[in-house]
Amino acid sequence: MANITLIKAVNEGLRTAMQKDPTVLCFGEDVGPKGGVFLATENLTSEFGESRCFDTPLSEDGIVGSAIGMAMNGLRPVAEIQFQDFIYPAFDQIVSEAAKMRYRSGGQYTVPMVIRTPYGGGIRGGLYHSQSGEAYFCHTPGLKVVIPSTPHDAKGLLIASIQDPDPVLFMEPKALYRSIKGEVPEGEYTVDLSTLRSVKEGEDVTVFCYGAMVPIVEKAAKVAAEKNIDVNIVDLRTLLPLDEEGVLEHAKRTGRVVIVHEAPRFCGYGSEVSAMIAENVIEYMEAPIKRVTGFDTPFPNTLEHHYMPDDRRVLDAIEEVYAY
Amino acid sequence: MSTSELLSVIEADGTAPGYDPGLSKAELIHLYRTMLLTRAFDEACINLQRSGQIGFSIPNRGIEATSIGAASAFRKDDWFFPSYRDFGLPLYHGVEVVDMMHNMYGNALDTSKGRQMPVHFSFSEPIKLVSISSPIGTHIIQAVGAAYAFQQRGEDKVCLASFGDGGTSSLGFHSALNFAGVWKAPVVFLCQNNGYAISCPSEQQTASESYAIKGEAYGVPGIKVDGNDVFAVRQAFTEAVERARKGDGPTLIECVTFRMGGHSTADDPTKYVPAEIMAAWAKRDPIEILERALLKSKVLTKKKIESLRKEVAKEVQAASKVAAGTPPPALEQVFTDVYEELPDHIRRQGERSFDLAKRKGDANAGDGEFPL
Ligand SMILES: Cc1ncc(C[n+]2csc(CCOP(=O)(O)OP(=O)(O)O)c2C)c(N)n1
Repeated sequence: MANITLIKAVNEGLRTAMQKDPTVLCFGEDVGPKGGVFLATENLTSEFGESRCFDTPLSEDGIVGSAIGMAMNGLRPVAEIQFQDFIYPAFDQIVSEAAKMRYRSGGQYTVPMVIRTPYGGGIRGGLYHSQSGEAYFCHTPGLKVVIPSTPHDAKGLLIASIQDPDPVLFMEPKALYRSIKGEVPEGEYTVDLSTLRSVKEGEDVTVFCYGAMVPIVEKAAKVAAEKNIDVNIVDLRTLLPLDEEGVLEHAKRTGRVVIVHEAPRFCGYGSEVSAMIAENVIEYMEAPIKRVTGFDTPFPNTLEHHYMPDDRRVLDAIEEVYAY
Repeated sequence: MSTSELLSVIEADGTAPGYDPGLSKAELIHLYRTMLLTRAFDEACINLQRSGQIGFSIPNRGIEATSIGAASAFRKDDWFFPSYRDFGLPLYHGVEVVDMMHNMYGNALDTSKGRQMPVHFSFSEPIKLVSISSPIGTHIIQAVGAAYAFQQRGEDKVCLASFGDGGTSSLGFHSALNFAGVWKAPVVFLCQNNGYAISCPSEQQTASESYAIKGEAYGVPGIKVDGNDVFAVRQAFTEAVERARKGDGPTLIECVTFRMGGHSTADDPTKYVPAEIMAAWAKRDPIEILERALLKSKVLTKKKIESLRKEVAKEVQAASKVAAGTPPPALEQVFTDVYEELPDHIRRQGERSFDLAKRKGDANAGDGEFPL
């Protein structure tokens, strides 16, 4: 066990997967000698050589499209998109191709690849270095969408994603890259996809969250505890396919639910969770389901601290739901 | 015109045989002064970032002649779709330093209302400099569309689209050259080949012998010029702009230059740019090259250079002081301009957030009721 940052855990996950399986390779813009702009691939070129960790021309379409070809033909590519905000030139390749290959070829061709990409706000990155685009991708049958929130999960989920037979979009909360540390086992281990994580057990209000919102919800829960509200925190960590049973269990347990994400609200991931609970276990609900989200505006720069859900906004919602 | 041989004008001794920039003495001094001003602005921004006053900047050292030489070939009523590494372009055409500084601070007077990162300028006066986007390459094809509009209305205006060597790998670049070629659109493409795309050297970007040659396959003439020689850049652009204005179609101009700093203030180039390359380019500083030419032709004197340097330093200092003293944007700016008309659901989100900010005591000074 080592106490390391989330970015280091990603790096460890890649190294472990590459050591074990010679078909695993990493590439993208600045991924090679520089080790990525956030250093996720640091030292991988020197350890595994330029044919397994390398730079590409500046084309997300090229990165993902070539990864699809590699994946269909026996390699296990881990493509990096430098910022999730820049993934859109590859949207066609992801949505029309990677996600549909197995289905449209009747299972003859498959795309076991991972696209890693940092997402989310909190680094003063303005419109295009801050967005959380998970909802676009969760609307895509055939794709898996994973978002870790701890170093332990980052490594374990990443290795599981690389071993997975289907395409996985692995979104890394860049705000947590260096702001948190956690115990991470040495060597290989996996965290099963499509399983949620109970962050903190509680009896009064369940808060569903993921990625960089997890520590914010934890902070709000501490303040809530001082007001005698016992918060149950659930990290969804795989958004697609979601651990539906787990979600309903946790919702039933408290009968009061808040969902938190930093992406805009309208058609955001929270709507799916809310609908799922309403459709299946509404009779257990003792209060309306509340969402705390980014606003339905583009992501601002100077005032990003107002845009991003913070512990105060989360606490407000917890109190509202609790008092109902 | 050549896609492989470098066009240059200013010789090592400062002479420019057979070259006439077509500029008056005052205009030549403006050209030179803009280079100094750009350098001073760039250095100030890097220092402001280092001292924590602004969040980010994009070093422009070394590429000044490219942006400014190109800018000088356009009229004020042309349209500009620049890259983020083109500080000299707005400055040449009279955008005030203080207005650029407001953007660097993202304050209440920033034309983008504090929504964009620093260096993502947007101006509609005194020139149309279309809001800079972070995604690479997206603007190149937009410039072709804007050029089509000029063409369609029978106006003799021209668009400039500027991007880095990395930008040539984007989808937008290829669509742009293709469309512009087919439409004979009045647009000039500036590929600022500054050696690197963040840490990736040019040879990883393309197997072409040059960037200029990429135009050929699209039926767009290409030319490769010495991007540190402001006269060479100006000459290539003057010809290309003229052609475009006459209806003879687009040109792709590759300016060969070098990024004499990090990609951004978050980057350390010493980790990947060989020191010898940096040292070789340091000897070809674009400001010094023009200085030599203007001293030789007696447009400038050493004394004049000194006084211009002091002048621009003062101008930049005064601008940062004003920008630093300007408050951040009001909270309502998060919610406006999403649409022309504010939809109800966004209005409600704004009201709630204003209410929360007021309760917690961090609404901006001067805000009373949520004004929307
Ligand atoms: C579509 C897209 N992908 C990735 C990025 C991240 N990024 C920002 S600048 C840059 C390199 C750009 O290089 P180049 O086009 O040569 O311009 P330069 O910075 O050298 O002026 C990259 C990869 C981006 N902004 N947009």
